[in-house]
Amino acid sequence: MRNSRRSEKIAFFFLFLATLLIVVPVGLIIAIIIQKGLPAINWQFLSDMPRSGMRAGGILPAIVGTIYLVGGAILFALPIGLLAAIYLSEYSRDNLLTRMIKLAIVNLAGVPSVVYGLFGLALFVVFCKFGASILSGSLTLGIMILPLIITSSREALESVPDSFREVSLSLGASKWQTIRHIVLPNAVPGILTGTILGLGRAAGETAPILFTVAAFYLPQLPKSLFDQAMALPYHLYVISTQVPNVDEKIRYGTALVLLFLVLFMNLVAIIIRYHFRKKKKW
Amino acid sequence: MAKIKVNNLNLWYGSFQALKGVYANFAEKKITAIIGPSGCGKSTMLRVFNRMNDLIEGVRTSGEIIIDNLNVLGEETDLVALRKKVGIVFQRPNPFPLSVYENIVFGIRVHEQPRKKAELNGIVEESLKSVLLWDELKDKLKMPALHLSLEQKQRLCIARLIAVKPDVVLMDEPCSTLDPQATARIEELMRELRKNYTIIIVTHNMQQAARVSDDTGFMLLGELVEFGATHEIFTAPKDKRTEDYITGRYG
Repeated sequence: MRNSRRSEKIAFFFLFLATLLIVVPVGLIIAIIIQKGLPAINWQFLSDMPRSGMRAGGILPAIVGTIYLVGGAILFALPIGLLAAIYLSEYSRDNLLTRMIKLAIVNLAGVPSVVYGLFGLALFVVFCKFGASILSGSLTLGIMILPLIITSSREALESVPDSFREVSLSLGASKWQTIRHIVLPNAVPGILTGTILGLGRAAGETAPILFTVAAFYLPQLPKSLFDQAMALPYHLYVISTQVPNVDEKIRYGTALVLLFLVLFMNLVAIIIRYHFRKKKKW
Repeated sequence: MAKIKVNNLNLWYGSFQALKGVYANFAEKKITAIIGPSGCGKSTMLRVFNRMNDLIEGVRTSGEIIIDNLNVLGEETDLVALRKKVGIVFQRPNPFPLSVYENIVFGIRVHEQPRKKAELNGIVEESLKSVLLWDELKDKLKMPALHLSLEQKQRLCIARLIAVKPDVVLMDEPCSTLDPQATARIEELMRELRKNYTIIIVTHNMQQAARVSDDTGFMLLGELVEFGATHEIFTAPKDKRTEDYITGRYG
């Protein structure tokens, strides 16, 4: 009896330790980046052009570039993803076509991000003649986050109880009215959560923008969709490996800005989900 | 006078025949109860009147259901108009996760041109009064409907239906989640509603059928075994199977 209790305690200890080990790297990463990067953060760093071959000045074009890219990716991926999710969860029947679509989504999610970059280069930059531009980069990122948006939207739509649909139809609403007035409003928080996670993913990826948009050094803000742009993840790569003698503080400062951007988006997603769960009572 | 005439109605779920050659006349502004053991097809029977069965894949029907001289099983039936005319109250109270007010005006909003606020308010008041909820809820119209008690929710669902102004109200075991007191009050409400609506109720509670209905149909394995005035069915059933069921030999 006592033995089994002791072994249970030991087991618990190791399970707890394993869990704790997950927290440690996350905490360390954040702590180190904040510690080394915070001294670089000031208004000039956030609002100025890079100068002296990116060894001084700010990172404004990279911040703006990332925001444009992420915004463009969402503008492209959210409508398509949401409509696809509505089709799959509300209209489609189980047949060869829908099974193929579902399989395609799963595979799309599994494609390495550098392959998206190459695909974007071939399709948008070369074939569509958009050149290396914000448009090409946004579309490439958009395709990369499509599976995430479709999957989370589908889950959100499918979690709306069927009884709501049934009642709505029984009151004489059409199928589209039912989706529009009953299903979608109740799925919005879930859809939003997935979208924001997609935003965070798009903001952080380097490979898809490498061949499609990212500029090595472009100390001005983009003026049109067909301009190249700097972006935070690629800028970080450049100043860390390609440009000699960049102050460590600037590198970590850039990392901190990127990390903060992504964590902030995830936090918003978590808050939305929390509020939604609290309200959900059916 | 017959509001609904059913002629040789058959229904299949895939290869399973759930309704077999049903003939019946449902009287206008009366309460008709459909009783029978679980799985006898009584809910299927109810849902065929406003074609809710269409939502299930692989459903086929044959025969006729004539409501106001129109066969509703026809290909070209306008389902939206049909469901507006023939509404249903489900077993589990299922208000939308909206306010009390929004629940009631939902049906009107999807059907009609935008209405004036005052007109909507009038319909809400009228509907809540007809289910005897107005006094309880008149100051709480903005309250989320999910915070109501079970009985209030079921009344609200009935009010939501009445707001659409149907002719026929189908009820699929509307009291099975309620306690006896609440059940008694809903039954009282049904008697009240009978003045204006044709009501068809499915129940496996025979006492309920005996208490509230004017006519009763007994179903077994997809067949409508016997159909007639409630007092006759319960006191002098003609079919042996009906007698066995109401005397509690099975079911």
